[in-house]
Amino acid sequence: MEMTNTASFDKLREFRSQVERPGKISIAWTVLLVLLILWGIYALYVQITEGHIVTGMRDNVVWGIYIVNFIFFMGISYAGALISGTLHLFKTRWRKPVIRMAEFITIIALFIGPLYILLCIGRLERIPYLVLFGRIQSPITWDVIAISTDIIGCIIFLYLSVLRDIAALRDFKELKIPRWRKRLYRWLALGYSGTPEQQKRLNNATDIMAAMVIAIAIIVYSVLAWIFSVTLQPGWHSTIFGPYFVIAAVYSGTGVLIVAMWLFRKIYRLEQYITKKHFVNIGVLMLILAAFFGYFTFSEYLTKWYGSQKDDEQLINLLMDKYFLMFIISNYLGVLMPLIVVGIPKFRTINMITITAVVVIIALWFNRYLIVVPTLESPYLPIQDARIDWISYSGTWVEWALTIGGVAAFCLFFTIGARFIPIIPVSEEKERKPRKEIL
Amino acid sequence: MKEGKKENPRREFIRRGLLAGLGSLAAGSILSSCSDDKSGKKVKVLTPDGTLVEVDASEIQPSEEFKIQAREGIPGRKFVMVIDLAKCYNARKCIEACQEGHHLPKDHEYMKVYLMQDSDKSAPYWFPKPCYQCDNPLCVSVCPVGATYKRTDGIVLVDHDRCIGCKFCMTGCPYSARNFSWKHHEEYDDTIVYNPESSVPGQEGTVSKCIFCADRLRENKLPYCLLACPMGVIYFGDIDEDAVTNGSETVSFSELIRDRHGYRHLESLGTRPSVYYLPPVNRQFPVDRGYESLDDDIKERYRNTEYVKKRG
Repeated sequence: MEMTNTASFDKLREFRSQVERPGKISIAWTVLLVLLILWGIYALYVQITEGHIVTGMRDNVVWGIYIVNFIFFMGISYAGALISGTLHLFKTRWRKPVIRMAEFITIIALFIGPLYILLCIGRLERIPYLVLFGRIQSPITWDVIAISTDIIGCIIFLYLSVLRDIAALRDFKELKIPRWRKRLYRWLALGYSGTPEQQKRLNNATDIMAAMVIAIAIIVYSVLAWIFSVTLQPGWHSTIFGPYFVIAAVYSGTGVLIVAMWLFRKIYRLEQYITKKHFVNIGVLMLILAAFFGYFTFSEYLTKWYGSQKDDEQLINLLMDKYFLMFIISNYLGVLMPLIVVGIPKFRTINMITITAVVVIIALWFNRYLIVVPTLESPYLPIQDARIDWISYSGTWVEWALTIGGVAAFCLFFTIGARFIPIIPVSEEKERKPRKEIL
Repeated sequence: MKEGKKENPRREFIRRGLLAGLGSLAAGSILSSCSDDKSGKKVKVLTPDGTLVEVDASEIQPSEEFKIQAREGIPGRKFVMVIDLAKCYNARKCIEACQEGHHLPKDHEYMKVYLMQDSDKSAPYWFPKPCYQCDNPLCVSVCPVGATYKRTDGIVLVDHDRCIGCKFCMTGCPYSARNFSWKHHEEYDDTIVYNPESSVPGQEGTVSKCIFCADRLRENKLPYCLLACPMGVIYFGDIDEDAVTNGSETVSFSELIRDRHGYRHLESLGTRPSVYYLPPVNRQFPVDRGYESLDDDIKERYRNTEYVKKRG
């Protein structure tokens, strides 16, 4: 036990208030989140008892906000995995204060994302059929395999990266926490005491998992994109959807990471740890991804518009007419704002970067909406229906309640996670070979 | 060693918890199966010798043979449909007969009639559209559970009992041929034993579509839509026998397609439909006549077409 670095105790002493008793504001915040989640659960109850008729989805637009949320949450999850994996592999020195947040984003979003696909399923009780009668030809089966692999991979990666801190929490006797939590830490620490042998093994395992998590994340998000691009729908049948989705995912993830950094910096007063340097570094990453995202979006729509095939033209007209504002926010503002704010040093303040990140998150949600809904509203055979709601889609309160419920669940799990394990890693990890810094 | 002693009860607790969880799951499934036993619902069944009997719904167990039959198709057959666009004036009798035959609510159409106009200057025409029963069906490829499948006789069927309602097939179908049951309709008559070949009764939360009336074909009967059509628009037959009939005349399929220049809709998509169209040439009725005789709520459907916009 003595092997554990005393430096980590010093840090734990500083952060102890985060993991000890929660304050009044913290409790109020948690109650609010729980209420929002309960509202979502009530909406789900309504949907199950009255049928999917309570949603805005109909025979033409069979997928709506739920699928948008699914893509969105999976996106920020893979982004967290890619960011934390890459920063870990390159042994980036400044990564410490932000890497834990990226890992939390990964795991939590990964649990919330797939729930949204369940909300689209007409017969929830038949979910076991996916395994019992699973067909490997179906991209949904690819997705089931990919997502479950990703969940396991990411849990192992997160666990390995928090193991040192759990051991520190176990050994730090001053901590005022209930006995069950002490026991839990002892159980979760797996007898880790920081011997050279253990260190070596842990480092090796973490390196392997970091590399694997990056590979899995790229594959899984491509599979998700292929669900759309294997169909013949004019807006989806695109060869660049795989890489386009991967880039868009990491892009949205940098946005969520910056917002999380800003919030935790304010709430836990971490100004000393999360500095402007971190915001600028992640901001630059966001800038590069914004450029890639803009490039993919441009080439996707340019080819559709220039060739002006009848069905493509129909979709472009819809995007430029009914969805014009959304299109501008998503594909102009969402690309140009990071380029300007992070690109021009004068604008590069913490608050400006955070506002940009919020815009990026909204833009990316809109981007997914524009991929899913307008495409389904412009099928090959024209929609000829007297009922307005069967022609064009708009989400109902049930769908919005479940969307807000999901976001609340994301925040709640983040809050609980941060109360359980310090959001800034406390234990000193001995880097084996201080390599040349790449990122 | 003290550690070990403390750990044991915890392990025991987890083990017991797991056992209790599994136990309650098992109990739940047994209970739910028990509750089915006393449904009290009476069901009419036809015995092999042709008498109609009434039994309790719970006693009905579709035999394996029946399910396999519905999966394999009618042996030695390959069905084809030909729709003569020159004759259709949107009488909508096909839709009504189909809805009645398949116990569908009024807003649930297996057969749809579109008002098509290929370009500004080209002539509008009525375009009945059933499921095309494609030979390269994307809906079948993407189904994760094998609920929708292609049979030897060319029909693409949906098993309502298997469908999980993910709607992937609906996005996969480029012809919008599939419907989803967004809620329970009273037309879904639960007292009828479910038959995938008749697609009756419908089930909430599952996908359904035109299935060429597979149950009627097995009895050597023609589909509802064909029999209801007052104009003889729909021809149906076997592509291997090279014969199709619209109920009043039986013609050679290959000659009909050759002489009238039959085509398939959106051939370029490579789905290889089993439904052919005869182009709307030398028409017996102008489009106006079909449009004017429609009810207002049906007229409302075509309000966004060039044709209706020009009429004003």
